[in-house]
Amino acid sequence: MSDQVDHSRRRLLTAATVGTGAVGVAFIAIPFLSSWQPSERAKALGAPVEVDASKLEPGQMLKVVWRGQPVFVVRRVKGIIDQLGNHDAMLTDPKSDDSTQPDYIKASGAVRARNPEYWVGLAVCTHLGCSPLGAFEANNSFQVAGVDLGGNWPGGFYCPCHGSKYDLSGRVFKNMPAPKNLTIPSYAFAGDARVVIGVDAPPKTA
Amino acid sequence: MAEAPNSAGTSSSGLLGWIDQRFPLSKLWREQAAEYYAPKNFNFWYYFGVLSLVVLANQLVTGIFLTMNYKPSSAEAFSSIEYIMRDVDWGWLIRYMHSTGASAFFIVIYLHMFRALLYGSHRKPRELIWIFGCLIFLLLMAEAFMGYVLPWGNMSYWGAQVIVSLFGSLPYIGTGLVEWIRGDYYIADATLNRFFALHVAALPLALVFLVIAHLMALHEVGSNNPDGVEIKKYKDAKGHPLDGIPFHPYYTVKDTVGLAGFLLLFSGVIFFAPTFGGLFLESPNFEPANPLQTPPHIAPVWYFTPFYAMLRAVPSFAGTQVWGVLVMGAAVLILFFLPWLDRSPVRSIRYRGPIFKGMLAILVLSFISLGVCGLKPPSGIYPMLARVCTILYFAFFLLMPWYSKIDSVKPVPERVTFHA
Repeated sequence: MSDQVDHSRRRLLTAATVGTGAVGVAFIAIPFLSSWQPSERAKALGAPVEVDASKLEPGQMLKVVWRGQPVFVVRRVKGIIDQLGNHDAMLTDPKSDDSTQPDYIKASGAVRARNPEYWVGLAVCTHLGCSPLGAFEANNSFQVAGVDLGGNWPGGFYCPCHGSKYDLSGRVFKNMPAPKNLTIPSYAFAGDARVVIGVDAPPKTA
Repeated sequence: MAEAPNSAGTSSSGLLGWIDQRFPLSKLWREQAAEYYAPKNFNFWYYFGVLSLVVLANQLVTGIFLTMNYKPSSAEAFSSIEYIMRDVDWGWLIRYMHSTGASAFFIVIYLHMFRALLYGSHRKPRELIWIFGCLIFLLLMAEAFMGYVLPWGNMSYWGAQVIVSLFGSLPYIGTGLVEWIRGDYYIADATLNRFFALHVAALPLALVFLVIAHLMALHEVGSNNPDGVEIKKYKDAKGHPLDGIPFHPYYTVKDTVGLAGFLLLFSGVIFFAPTFGGLFLESPNFEPANPLQTPPHIAPVWYFTPFYAMLRAVPSFAGTQVWGVLVMGAAVLILFFLPWLDRSPVRSIRYRGPIFKGMLAILVLSFISLGVCGLKPPSGIYPMLARVCTILYFAFFLLMPWYSKIDSVKPVPERVTFHA
């Protein structure tokens, strides 16, 4: 046996041991980090929700909960549906290019709906997740949450947290804190006014 | 064995001697208190370090007692707080001590940080003390935020919604990250439960370790003082600084007076104004969490409002509002770089020129204005005021390498100025 220490051999063995330990730490971290993912129960509770919107009068709105998020179902007045395409110049993203929605909603243009009469969208402001308020009356200087929306207000939604304004298709106006139009979830009609939120095609009736 | 204390001052007889041979009790006491020489010219501003320790102890003790009756589930959290307030003997006092303590913590910490700016306590060789302090501040913000969610009032809920959504604005990873933080598709029971675990176990542990590191670094290099000169430069025959006095009994006694004054004010708030007009406890939080009903106006607790105002001041750009989040994060992270941004040849404001004094005044005014903007709805003059103040806040830090260099300075004395 030599008294001489083989330093390069020692360095290699130290590095190999540290490396093996680091791999072990990385593997054992996975269960702990994964335990923060939504649990199986949370996933099961995120199932589709069916809403009967037939009792809504034109100009009325329903708020339902899907995956714990509020979802608007609005029955729009005919006069407002016809005017939705007229204020594109005032909007940040009139064609919804940068916003989140299923393709069939984007293809529907200014109405952003499968059926122009019933508008469905998440009641979650794209700024910081507050819930906007309905302010459907158009061209009528009225107040919501203490804010005057002005005489040329075309009707839509107003977020009380940071003042973002959306039209009745959930499209955000220019120079607002919110960067995108209101998100529209997957939904389908299971009848004339039965909305199923969370699916792209109506469930097959047995 | 000799009866008299040996050369190291360690007792070798009696119970203390028995302990000292097995654990460095006398040694610790001597090094950290009885023979820790602090500058003799400490003024009012030097109370806040000790006071922050007192508030930390208050939060730990009252927090432990609150967990004995609090239920960390979305179904029971709100009513368990009401139970503590109404049915538990003295529960209202323990809870108000904790909620008022949170605000007191930030008052004391903000003043403690301002003291460092005044006298250059972050400058070489105290950079690590400053960095540990910044980490404590960062953890304290996380701790306070999660604590605010626990009562599960409507402001707790929507505050959590807004703050957790901040992470969703990060590109690519945002959506998945938010789901991972919440543990559900919305702020839910899982979120509350994990925030409770972090608030009562993980973060306090980390905080206590950081406070110990902060104090170890301080006692290694020694305290700065209002003149910003090193007292270790001139020592007596025994090697003790000429301008230093032992922390115990001189400063333990002096700090007791400061503590008495603080406790008078603290008790006044607890007993006469525990909500402090909606600033320390916001009125929407006296309603249970309602995922379908946003409070008409969401404002964080006062100590977050300066940073919240910066978040709101930045408009969305290129289809994302991540910029406001980045600005808010940068406003906190920029503090870490302060020791290297400051190029002045002197430390203390007493010997600095008019440019630094002006910039510091601008920083204070803009920070307070931002605090007011963050409390107000984003309409009228407030959005513009917040934008101007955000720019001024960053100007203080980002222009510092230049203005601190060209600023005039007064001659620094060799030893501390002291008038007995």
